[in-house]
Amino acid sequence: MAAIEILGLEKTYSVGFWRKRPKRALHPLHLAIEDGEIFGFLGPNGAGKTTTLKMLMGLVFPSGGGARILGMDLDDPRMKAQIGFLPEQPYFYDYLTARELLTYYGQLSGVDSRQLPRKVDSTLERVGLRDATDVQLRKFSKGMLQRAGIAQAILHDPKVVFLDEPMSGLDPMGRREVRSLIEQLKAEGKTVFFSTHILSDAEALCDRVAVINLGQLRGVGAVAELTSGVRGKVEIVWQGTSVPAAIKSLGAETHVAGDTTRAIISEQNQDAAIEAVRCEKLRLISVTPVRVSLEDYFMAQLKPSPEEVVAR
Amino acid sequence: MKRTQRIAAAAGATLVFSLAASTLLLWRIDQIRSTATLDEALYVTSPKLLKRLSLGYDGLLADIYWTRVVQYYGAMHRDGGGEYKLLWPLLNLTAQLDPKLTRTYEFGGTFLSSKPPMGAGLPDRAVELVEYGIRENPDNWHLYYDLGFIHYDQKNYSAAADAFLRGSELPNAHPVLKMLAARMAEHGGDIETARMMWTTTYEDSSDKDIRENALLHLRALKVDQDVTALEHLAEVYKQKFKVFPLSFRDMVVAGLLKGIPVDPTGHEYKLEPGGKVIVSNPDDLPFIVKGLPPGYVPSDILKSKPAK
Amino acid sequence: MSSRIWHIAANTFREAVRDRVLYNLIAFALLMSGAAVLVGQISIGIERLVVINLGLTAISLFGVVIAIFIGIGLVSKEIDKRTLYTVLSRPVRRWEFIAGKFFGLSGTLVVNTFFMAIGFFIALLYVSHHLTHADAGVLVALYFIILQFVIITALALLFSSFSSPLLSAVFAFSLFVIGSFAEDLRGFARLSHGIARWLATGAAFLVPNFSALNVVSQVAHQASVSRQLIAYNTAYAVVYTLAVLSATALIFERRNLK
Repeated sequence: MAAIEILGLEKTYSVGFWRKRPKRALHPLHLAIEDGEIFGFLGPNGAGKTTTLKMLMGLVFPSGGGARILGMDLDDPRMKAQIGFLPEQPYFYDYLTARELLTYYGQLSGVDSRQLPRKVDSTLERVGLRDATDVQLRKFSKGMLQRAGIAQAILHDPKVVFLDEPMSGLDPMGRREVRSLIEQLKAEGKTVFFSTHILSDAEALCDRVAVINLGQLRGVGAVAELTSGVRGKVEIVWQGTSVPAAIKSLGAETHVAGDTTRAIISEQNQDAAIEAVRCEKLRLISVTPVRVSLEDYFMAQLKPSPEEVVAR
Repeated sequence: MKRTQRIAAAAGATLVFSLAASTLLLWRIDQIRSTATLDEALYVTSPKLLKRLSLGYDGLLADIYWTRVVQYYGAMHRDGGGEYKLLWPLLNLTAQLDPKLTRTYEFGGTFLSSKPPMGAGLPDRAVELVEYGIRENPDNWHLYYDLGFIHYDQKNYSAAADAFLRGSELPNAHPVLKMLAARMAEHGGDIETARMMWTTTYEDSSDKDIRENALLHLRALKVDQDVTALEHLAEVYKQKFKVFPLSFRDMVVAGLLKGIPVDPTGHEYKLEPGGKVIVSNPDDLPFIVKGLPPGYVPSDILKSKPAK
Repeated sequence: MSSRIWHIAANTFREAVRDRVLYNLIAFALLMSGAAVLVGQISIGIERLVVINLGLTAISLFGVVIAIFIGIGLVSKEIDKRTLYTVLSRPVRRWEFIAGKFFGLSGTLVVNTFFMAIGFFIALLYVSHHLTHADAGVLVALYFIILQFVIITALALLFSSFSSPLLSAVFAFSLFVIGSFAEDLRGFARLSHGIARWLATGAAFLVPNFSALNVVSQVAHQASVSRQLIAYNTAYAVVYTLAVLSATALIFERRNLK
C-alpha cells in the first residue's frame, strides 16, 4: 500500500491588493510514495515543495485535488498521531529546555504519560542532544535546533516522517549524522519524505526522487535508474602533463591535475584515444565510463519542456 | 474536509447564540445600572483633576458628559419630572471640562432655576454657572440673555435689566437685548414682557428641550390671559343679571361668548360657582398661575420625595 | 481533547511567566508602596479614597496592557517561529489550540492580579490601618477587573489570529477605550436618528461592555454593588468571551498558514 498518495493536489493563490491575479503555486500533482521508502522531493527554492508539504500537513488548504496518508484523510487525527513533521528553519519555543519541549510535543501527540519521560530521554540521546537536555532552546546553535526539530518529529514513533530541508544549516558533521539518522528510520520500517535542494544528499539517501519546478512535476524515478544512464562518454586518465595531438584533435576536454591528465572523449573515439596515449609512451592510469549524476538529471529536468511528464 | 465544516458550523452557531445572549444581557444590565454612569458625576470630587487626567481629551469627555446631561434630563422628564439632583454636578463637570460649550449654560440657565418637577430649583447655582460661562466666553451675547432670564424668572427685574444691558453692549448683540433691558425696568411683571421673553427663547434656541419648555410657558401665559378675560366676562354677566353664570352656555346665550372656550391643549375651561374659571387638566399645563383648581398640588410633587 | 487544551494552556502560562514582561509586578509593587507613603502626607480622610482609586485603576491598566501585549503575539508569534506547524501537524484541532492559548493567558492574568491585589491590600492597610466591611466591595471591583481581562484576552487573541501584532494592539486597545464608554455609546444611539442610530446601536451592542465592569469609583465611595449586577456581569463576560472565541475559531479554522 502506498504510504502517501497525492491525488491531483493543487494550489492557486490570489496575489495583489486591488486586482487579484491568480498565482499558481502548485499544478495538479500526482505522486505515490511507497511504504518504507526514502523519497526525495527535489527542486529549487520556490518550486512548490514547501507548499506541497504544508498542504499535506493541513496547514494550507488545497485549491483542488486531495491526498491520503496511510490511507486516511488529511484532517484525520488518527493519521496525525502517526506522522512526524519538521518544518523549514524552525525556531521552537526558546524559553523551554529540550526536555520540556519534547515532553510538550509528546503530550500533544498523545504519548502515554508513563512512557513519555523515557521516550524523551532516548530520543534526545538519539539525535545527539543528551548533554543539552536541560538547556533552554534559546541557547541552542542552529545545528542543535535542527536536531531538536528532528527529535520532535520522531519522538512519538510515527510511521511516516516528513522533513522540509532537514540538512539546512548543518555543518558536514551534522549532515552526516542526520543522514545516518534517516537511514536508521528506514531500517525501522518508517517512510521518509523529505524535500531538499541539495542533490548530493538526495543521491546518497533516496530510493526514489521527484523533481519539481515552478509548481510542476518534472520527473519521477528511482535514483539508481536515473543515474545509470551512460552519457556515452569515457574518461581517460594518464600519467604526464602533455596532451597527445591526436586527442587534441578529437576536441576532447582535458584537465591537468598535478602530474596526471584527464580527458573526456566520446565512446566511439575511445580506442583511438587509448592508441594515441600509448603511442606517446604515456602511462595509462584508468579508463572509466562517465555516469549521469543526479545533478545532470536534475538540471535537465529543470529546462522548460513542452512535454507532459507522467508520474510512474 | 467534513470535519472542518462541522467545526465551522458549530463555531458559527455558538457565535450567533452568544451574541444574541450578550445583547439580551446588556439590555438587562443597562436597566440595573440606569443611573450608574450618572451617579459617577457625584464621585468626581475634583473636576480640575478629571480635566488633567483626560490628557487633552477633555473636549471629548465634555461631549460625553453633555450626552449624559441630555439623557438624564430626558429620562426624568419623561417619567413626570422630579428634582434633578444630578443636574448641577453633571452640568458643572461639563462646563469645567469644556468651558466653551455654550449650550451647557443655556440648558443650566433654564432647567437649574426652574422649580421641581420642571427643574432642579437651584437658581443660585444657575446664576453661578452662567456667570462662569460669561467669564470664559466674554463675547457671547446669548449668555447675557441666559443670565438675565434667570433673574427675570426669579422676579429680580433690576438684575435682569442689568444683565440685558451688559449684553446689549456687545458688538454683535441681538437688538432684542436693548429692548428687553428697557422693558424690565418698568414692566418687569407684565404679561407682555413674559410673552416677549419666551418667544425670544423659543426662536433663538436650537435645543429641543429648551424650545419645548418655552412653548409650555407661552401656553401658560395664554391660559392666564384667557382665565383673566373669562372671569372678567363673568363679572360683566353678574353686573347684568345680578347672579354669576352657571355655565358658559349661559354666557353664550347672553351674547358674551361665541362658543365654549377651550385652553391651548384643546380642553374646555370649566366655570365654577362664583364666576371662577379653572382648567380641566392642570397637569398638562405647568407654569400656569391662574385657573388652578382650589387646593391643587401637582401630582408629580405628590409622587416625588419631599424637597430638601 | 481537554488534556491537549490543558497542555497548551500550561505551556502558554509557562511562556508568559518566563517572559520578562511580568516583571511589571515589581513595578506595580513599587508604585503602590510609593503612592501609599505619599498619600499618607495628604490630609486625613481621603487617603483610603486615593489608594483605592489609584490602586484599582493601576491594576486594571497594567493588566490590560499585559493582556494586549502578550495576547497579540499568541498566534502570530507561533506562525513566525513556525512552532504552530509542529503543533498542528499533530492530532491537535485548530480550535483546541485557540482554547488552550486563551486559558493560558487568562490564567496568567488571574495569577498576576492575585499578586497585585496583595500589594494593593498591603498599601490599603498601611493607610487605613484596618479593613472595614465596606472594603469587601474592593473584592468585587477586583473580580470585575478580572472579567475585563478575560474579555480583552479573547479580543487580543481574535485579532492575533488574522492580523499583525501592531494592528492587533491598535484594535484591542481601541475596543478597550470604546468599551469603557459603552453605556454612553448606547445613550448616544438612543438620541440619534436614521442611519446614525442604526450604526451607533449596532456598534454599541457589539462593543465589549467594560463600563459596567468598572465600579472603582463606586467602591471607593463605599457604595455597594448589587448581587444582581455581579450575576449579570458574570454571565455577560462568559457569553461575550464565548462569542469572541467562536469567531476566532471560525477565522482560524479556515486560515491558510503561509
